[in-house]
This record gives sequence, structure tokens and C-alpha cells, in this order.
Amino acid sequence: MGILSIILFMPVIGALLIVLIPASNVRLTKYTAFVFTLIPLMLSLYLFGSYDRMSGGFQFEEFAQWIPAINANYHIGVDGLSLSLVLLTTLLSFISVLVSWKTSFRPRAFFAWLLLLETSILGVFVSLDLLLFFIFWEIELIPMYFLIALWGSGRREYSAIKYVLYTLFGGAFMLAGILSLYFTAGTFSVVELYQTDFSLLAQALPLAATFFLFFIGFAVKLPVFPFHTWLPDAHTDAPTAASIMLAGSLIKMGGYGMFRICLGLFPDEAQHYAPLILALAVVNIVYGGAITLKQTDIKRLIAYSSVSHMGFVLLGLFALSELSLLGASLQLISHGLITGLLFAVTGILIHNTHERHIKKLGGLARQVPVLTAIFVVGGVGAMAVPGTSGFIAEVTVFLGAFSTSVVSSAPVFTLISLTGILLAAAYILTTLLKVFFGPPKPTFDHVHDVTLMEKIYCGVLVVCIFAIGLYPKLIIDILEPVVASMALLWGG
Amino acid sequence: MSNIPEILIWLIPGLPLVSFGLLLLVVRLFRNRSVWNGYVAIMATAASFCLSIWVLFNIIKSSEILLIPGFDWLTLGNVINVKIGLIVDPLTAIMLVVVTSVSLLVQIYSLGYMHGSKSFNRYYAFISLFTMAMLGLVMADNLLVMFMCWEIVGFCSYQLIGFWFHRQPAARAARKAFFITRIGDFGFLAAIILIFSSTGTLNVMEIHSMAAAGLVSGTIITWATLGIFMGAMGKSSQFPLHTWLPDAMEGPTPVSALIHAATMVAAGVFLVARMYPLFEHSQTTLATVAIIGGITALFAGTIALVMNDIKKVLAYSTISQLGYMMLGLGLGGVAVGIFHLFTHAFFKALLFMGAGSINHSTGTFDMRKMGGLARLMPWTFATFIIGSLSLAGIWPMAGFFSKEEILASAMANQPVLFVLALATAFMTAFYMFRVVFMTFTGRCKSPVKPHESGRIMVIPMVVLAVLAICAGWFNATGGFSGLLVSDKAHGWLYGIFGILSHPLAWISLLVASGGILLAWAMYYKRWISPLKVSSRFWAPYVIFSHKYWIDELYEKYIGQKLLNSGLFNLFNRFDSIVIDGVVNDIANLNLSSGKIIRRVQSGNLQLYALFFLLGVAVISILAMLAR
Repeated sequence: MGILSIILFMPVIGALLIVLIPASNVRLTKYTAFVFTLIPLMLSLYLFGSYDRMSGGFQFEEFAQWIPAINANYHIGVDGLSLSLVLLTTLLSFISVLVSWKTSFRPRAFFAWLLLLETSILGVFVSLDLLLFFIFWEIELIPMYFLIALWGSGRREYSAIKYVLYTLFGGAFMLAGILSLYFTAGTFSVVELYQTDFSLLAQALPLAATFFLFFIGFAVKLPVFPFHTWLPDAHTDAPTAASIMLAGSLIKMGGYGMFRICLGLFPDEAQHYAPLILALAVVNIVYGGAITLKQTDIKRLIAYSSVSHMGFVLLGLFALSELSLLGASLQLISHGLITGLLFAVTGILIHNTHERHIKKLGGLARQVPVLTAIFVVGGVGAMAVPGTSGFIAEVTVFLGAFSTSVVSSAPVFTLISLTGILLAAAYILTTLLKVFFGPPKPTFDHVHDVTLMEKIYCGVLVVCIFAIGLYPKLIIDILEPVVASMALLWGG
Repeated sequence: MSNIPEILIWLIPGLPLVSFGLLLLVVRLFRNRSVWNGYVAIMATAASFCLSIWVLFNIIKSSEILLIPGFDWLTLGNVINVKIGLIVDPLTAIMLVVVTSVSLLVQIYSLGYMHGSKSFNRYYAFISLFTMAMLGLVMADNLLVMFMCWEIVGFCSYQLIGFWFHRQPAARAARKAFFITRIGDFGFLAAIILIFSSTGTLNVMEIHSMAAAGLVSGTIITWATLGIFMGAMGKSSQFPLHTWLPDAMEGPTPVSALIHAATMVAAGVFLVARMYPLFEHSQTTLATVAIIGGITALFAGTIALVMNDIKKVLAYSTISQLGYMMLGLGLGGVAVGIFHLFTHAFFKALLFMGAGSINHSTGTFDMRKMGGLARLMPWTFATFIIGSLSLAGIWPMAGFFSKEEILASAMANQPVLFVLALATAFMTAFYMFRVVFMTFTGRCKSPVKPHESGRIMVIPMVVLAVLAICAGWFNATGGFSGLLVSDKAHGWLYGIFGILSHPLAWISLLVASGGILLAWAMYYKRWISPLKVSSRFWAPYVIFSHKYWIDELYEKYIGQKLLNSGLFNLFNRFDSIVIDGVVNDIANLNLSSGKIIRRVQSGNLQLYALFFLLGVAVISILAMLAR
């Protein structure tokens, strides 16, 4: 059993242990969750450090026979992109545990589901076998359903079931795609499929159809217009920890899947249909940004901003140049950190003020200066101000997508997408103005500022955001081999 | 130049950065002695200033360009390689001195002006970060790095305009400033990606040499330079992106002096100057720069005529003078535009400090509540007069010389713009002396007894006053221009006195004195009643005092009606009714269809067997058809 498997299964082991703990022992529950998310974080940091950046490719691979009859295997491994996402997920999971430290309603079940969620997301990022990938993809629904439906707020049952049905809908398409590939090439192995030339084989379904089956499956998750309406509901009604996991890590599965499968296995189809998908990316960015501006609930506003920001991922992915792919990858990670921070700090804000309507909030900067400062940092990242990871990611997407030689219409779409940074400035600045600045309101005079623990976990995210923003080499190093070899599919 | 160790040049932006880090990140450093925050920032800037002076002297001596390659920052294979490197050329050296000197004086002045503020460390931290980013901007050798500094400068401006964030107007002004300048940045960023995709590099020197070698097509250069100019319009508050600057006056006055008069707003002018070798390849862009500059100069000047808030007058005057600089760049070249930037930085910072000093003692910016301050605040009065004369362009003040060059290049190239510029010069003289007479002469209307500001505020003003007088003499022999352009094309200025032999000098002096005299007649002697003038010329008066209704157009009609309640609202409705509606409809359809289909699942085995057989049959038929 390798380190990767330990990272993968550590949380679920923790979940099982938590179930065994007597319900009265809340302290032990929390510390178990703490330890079993901290260890994967440390180990993935270790892997991140020891990944061989020169040779690239899949590393730390583990292989075991699983269902020989259909040639499905337990095959895991990571490249620079999936390893970065693994690190992001373990970090956000650990932070989610800290965020939920004061959970009083059925903490045992809560932490068990949270840990199971971590394993299932990690499973998606490390699987190199499509059947395994699919199983992790679908397992994730169960913990998320319960987290939203039991610990959520607002219309939580509606949002939870909407999330589940929507994802199942996407998953069905993906399963069809996986089966189509299996009946074409006779394998579930991603590594083998990368080396297969589908045009030489009898295809179970036309390749374009298979491409779109996968694309729809991933588009629901990313989300891509018009499959996005589950996102604001789920993010808004979920408890803070689940919002962080959803926005920070879970929706990245969509972008990752597109990179790994839609681009990696179907380069010709991706190129052929790129203009269509880039148009959707522009809709995501502009339309999503415009709707964000109309939100009155602070959490929903941040949720909708994800739609706009994920549009940049789509733009970067389907511009199909090395630089744009790098930008998309960076945006996946950067958005995870920035939105994770924004949801964390918004959770504290809502918890402390008991208020989530932007119009009713106001003038908080005097009363909660540290919380304000943290929100400003998150906002600055979302606006892509230089120095933050958001800037590096978005500017790389723009540079890469505009200069691509693979998709001829990409420059036009890029120029329209630039308005996204204006919309982001508009909704972030307006939120800051309405929630934090202006005359203080006496209603909030006794609102508490952030506690030490809140400072610490927000501080970790702040440091990560600036570290990548100021020294992007930190992460570009490990992403470079991935995007370089991917870009070769279209001639560099 | 090579005798300067690189490390010392890195220290010029590095020291303010260290100061920022100390003040903001080690928040509790000077908990009980908040004034120490100021001392740290001042010491850092003072050291940068000394280094800048040294660099300038070295540049003058050796007149060679120093390129420091720096280190890799954003690299991806051979696709992109952005380095953080420095250019030290005459343009940089001049800007370094302007930025560090004004920043230093403003920080000293702030010790007095901001005395007793609870957030000294936040104030000085952002001033330090601003100084660092501004220095980085003028030294960077790469468009992307310049853009980063450009944005950080804007962010500091946002933070400092909204320094008193609990005041609604300040908070709103901060948002407006950030947003409007970002509209310009949209163009700048578009230009950057366009340049990158057609040249494959973002290094300024490489871009210039590629353009010079004819490797970049004319259309691309035109679009790229127009995009860069759009960025410059946002930062330098050029029409139609000028609306943020007057509102930005909500910030502390020293901030207005540093950021919104002397340095950041001049960054747009600097940017055009830095990219001038590219601009030269596009006549379209140069003409656009000149025309926008000319229009802005006149347009903002007309508004400044009727404002009653002293800072608003100065703000519109700044917009107008920035327009002048753009005009100079578009028609005369780098030296002409930058020379006016250079002199303007000193006298406009001085005027803002004067306004701050007045506010400090009277508690208001409304000139109608001032008057008779000349006796009570002699130092402020004397320095303000010097600043006003310099801005009005009276010989031998600094403003005279720099304005003269712009007028000369306008006269040589563009008669229409020349007339525009002359009209602006007249208005400038008029509105500045309207301010002088309204605030310093007549009866004192202030409810509190005004007093002269403390020494810590007066000394920086005196230093700036000296510069406002003699900064123009640097080009008396053409030395300043010669530093910037090798072929002293505009070297007709052959001396401080010789200039008076040129008829244009007399024309401009006549025009400026006319403006001063009119102000004297209206606001000192009261021969002409300002009220009668405004009722006689009510139409322009209403237009000017409503600032041409541009704020209303932007905020009410475009922002609110067209976008927020129009397009965005439509999107929002569409999203919840159509997109989400369809999703919910499908869900409901499934629910109701489930009720029907439920009857089929009766638990009757025979029925299931029948369905099974039917299914097999259908699949077999399909399979056979498929062959």
C-alpha cells in the first residue's frame, strides 16, 4: 500500500472510527476528524514536494487487480495537475474540519460524512481506471446529500435533492461515455486509453457522441451554462464546511475531468467543437457575472461568482494552447483557495451577525476589522488583483487563449471574456461597500470579530493565495509537464 | 551607469516595500507610539529618494541606459518568459525623483495633517505600498509587471480614498475610482494580450525593437496603442473616464496631493511615454491622444470655473492639466509631455497641501465659507500664490516653461488644438485666482478662528514652492528634453530669459494675465458681480456646474437603468424563470409521470415477463437493423 492509497483511504478510516466512538464523546470525534484530515494533508504535501518535476507523467502509481472479468483495476496515480488538486482537497478538508469545530447538531454523523466526502473527491483525482473514477464520482453524492439536507439552511431538502438528481443526470451521461469507450477499446485504464488510436477501432458510438457524453457529465459539475442552476442552491443552503468543499474542491472535478478525458482522449473532437464550448464559456463568464451582481444574499452572491470564474477554466481548457491550459489549471487551484476563503469568512460573518441579506448588513468594518480584512483579501483575489493567485490564473488564461493557434475563434471569445474582470470588480466592490463600509450600524455593535482559530485557518488560505500570486513558479513547475504534454496533442 | 551596484537600484522600490511589510504585517510593532509608523515609512522613502537623486545624476553624467535583467517570474517552457527586470533610463530616473520627492514631502506633511488618527499604521502602510508600486511601475521592463504595479497602485488608491471608510461618500468614491479605472485597464490588458500574441514577448525593449524593425503590423500597433491609451485614460482621468477623480477628493488631502495630483494620475502619461516608440508607429493613436487630451483640458477647465469646493477646483484642474500633458505627448513627443508632468507634480502637490492646510484650520473645503485667510495663514498664502502662478503659467515659474512647450508644439502642428489649449490656459489662470481671491482675501467667514498650520506641514509646502518656481529652469538650456530625446527637436528654449523674445511667450502670458485680471475684477474688486455673470450666462453655468451631467448619464442611465435594472435583471429573471424553471418542470414531470408508471410496477410477475420479452424483441430487431 503506497502513500497515495493512505492519503485516499485515511479519511474514510477516520469516518469508520468516528462511527465507533460513543455519541457522547464529541471531543474525541472532533480530534479524530482533525487527525485523519491532517495526516492526508501532510502526506500530500510530502508527495507535492517529492514529485519528480523533470520526468512528469503519472507518478506514485499503484496497481491491483479488482474485477478481472471486465479488466477493471484498482489503478491510481497522480500527475502535476491531479496532485495539486489532491493537495487542495486535503487542505480544504482539513480547514472544513476546523470550520465545523463548533458543530453541535449530531457532530458524529457530520464529521463522518465530511471525511467520506474527502475520500470520494480524492478518489476522483487519483483514479486512473475509469470504472474506479466513476464509482468515486457517484459516491460523493451521498455524503454531500446528507451534509446539505441535515446541516444546511433555507430550502435545504430541495437544494440537496436537486444537487443529487442533477449530478446523477450528469453521471448517467458519463457512465454511457465510459461504457462506449470500454466497448471500443476493451479497457478502463486511462493510461492505456491515452495510447489508443480510436480511429483504428470499431467504435461503439461515434467519437463525437462519446465526447459529448463525457462533456455533459463534467459540464454539470463545473458547472457550465445551462446546467448551472443547482450550484447556487446547493452552495447557499449547505453548511459552511460543505460550501467550502463544494466550491473549493468538488466542482473542480468537472474541470479536471474535462482536462483528463475530454481533452486527453478526444483531441480532435475537442478542437472541432471548441468554438461552441468557448461560446458557453463566455456565457458563463458574462451572464454568470451579471447575475452575481443581482444577488441579495451574500452567500448566494459568492456561489454565483463561481459560475463566472469557472467560465475562465472552460475558456482556458478549450482554447487548447499550452499557456491557456496552464491558466485553466491555475484557475482551478486558485479559485479553490479564494472561494474557499470567501465561503469560510462568509460563514463566520453569517454566524456572528445572524444576517445574510446584503441590504441589512452594513458598516461592519469598524466592528469586525479583522474579518473585514480577510474578506477584502478574498475579494481582491476574486477581482484578480496582482499579487493574488487569481491574477496569475486569469491573466494566464487570457494570454494563452488569445494567442492560441489551435482554435481560430478563441481571440474573439477572449476579448469578450475580459469584461468578466469588470463584472467581478463591480460585484466585489459593491459587496464590500454595502456590507463593510459606510456608517456602522448599532445592531452589529456587539458582533464578535474572528477568533484565533478562525484567524489561523483563514490565514493559511491567505498565505497560499499570495504565495502563488507572488511566486507562481511554486505551482507552475509541477503543472508544466502536464500541460506541455497535453498541448502536444495539437502540435504544441 | 555601470558604476552603480544593482542592489542599490533594487532598494529604491525595495525599501518602501519593506516599510509596508513592517507596518502592515507586523501590525503591533508600534502599538503605543503610532507616530513611529510614520517615521519608518518616511525613512524608507527618504533613502529611496537619495538613491533616486544619485541615479539621476549618474544618468545625466553618462546618459546611458541601464538594463537589469532581473529574475524569472512567470515562465512556461519557451511559450512565455516574464522576468522581473528593471529599466533605468532618463525617463525612469526623472520619474523616480518625482515620485520619491513628492512622496517624501507628503509623508512628512501627513505627520501633521493626520495627527491623532487612530489608523496611522494603515495610512502609512498603504502610502508605502503605493510608493513601492509606483516606483516599480516606472522601473519595470515588462508590460505584465507594469500592469501589476499599475493595478496595485490603483488598489492603494482605492484603500486610501476610502481611508475613512465609515463615511459613505468616501466609501462610494473609492469604489467608483477602482471601477472606472478598471474600465481603462480592460483596454490595457487587451493591448497586453494582443501584443503578446503578435510578438511573443512582453519585454518593453524587445517590443520596441520589433516594432522598429517592422516586425509588427501597423493595424496591430494601432489597436495595441489604443488599448494602452485606454488604460492611460482611466488612470489619468481623461474624458470620458474622468468621473472618478473629483469624487476621489473624499480621501485625506495628503493622499490627494500624492496620488491624485502628482503621481498616480500621471502614471497614464508616463505609460504613454514609456510606450512612445510604439505609439510613434501609429498616427491614428497619436492623433487620438492629442485630441482626447485637448478635449479633456478644455472640458475639465470649464467645470473648474464654477466649483465652490477648493479640492474640486484642484481636481478638475488636475484633469485639465493631465489633458494638457496628453496633448503634449500626442503633438510634441515624450519630452514635452513629461516636462509638464514634472513641473505639475510639484505645483499641484503644493496646491493640494495648501488646500489641506486651509482645511486643517477652518474645517471646510467650501470656499464660500472662507475668505481673508492671507493675514492669518501667511505661509500657506505665500506658497499657494506661488503654486497658482506656476499653474497659471506666469514667467518665470515652472508651469510657464512646461506649458510653453506644449503650446509651441500645438501651434506648430494643430491650430485647432492650439486654440483649445490657449482657451484652457485662460481658464486655468482665472479659476486659480478665483480660488486665491475667494479664500485669502475679503472678509473671513469661518466660524472658527483660522491659524497657520504647524511647521511640519509648512516646511514641505515651502520646499515644493521652491520647486514650483525653479523646476522649469531645468529645461532652460534644453537639458531636460535632451535627456529624454536624443535629437533636441524642441530645443528652442534657449534660456530663461531668451524665451521672452518669442512672440508665443507673450501671447500665453497675455492670456494668463487676462485670466488673473478677470478673477481680480470679479472676486477681489467686485467690479463684476459673479452672480450677474452666472445669471447672464446661465446656460453654460448650469451645464458646467452639473458637470455636463456625465455622472448622471453613467450612474443613473447606463449603470442603473440600462445594466442593473435592464440587462442584468433580464439575465437574472431568465435564469430563475427559464433555466431553473425548466429544471424544476422536468423534475415535476418526472414526479407526475412516476405516478402513472407506478401502476406498471404492480408486482405481477407475468406482466414483468411480458415486458422483458418485449424488451428483448425490440433490442433484437434494433440489433438486426443496425447490421
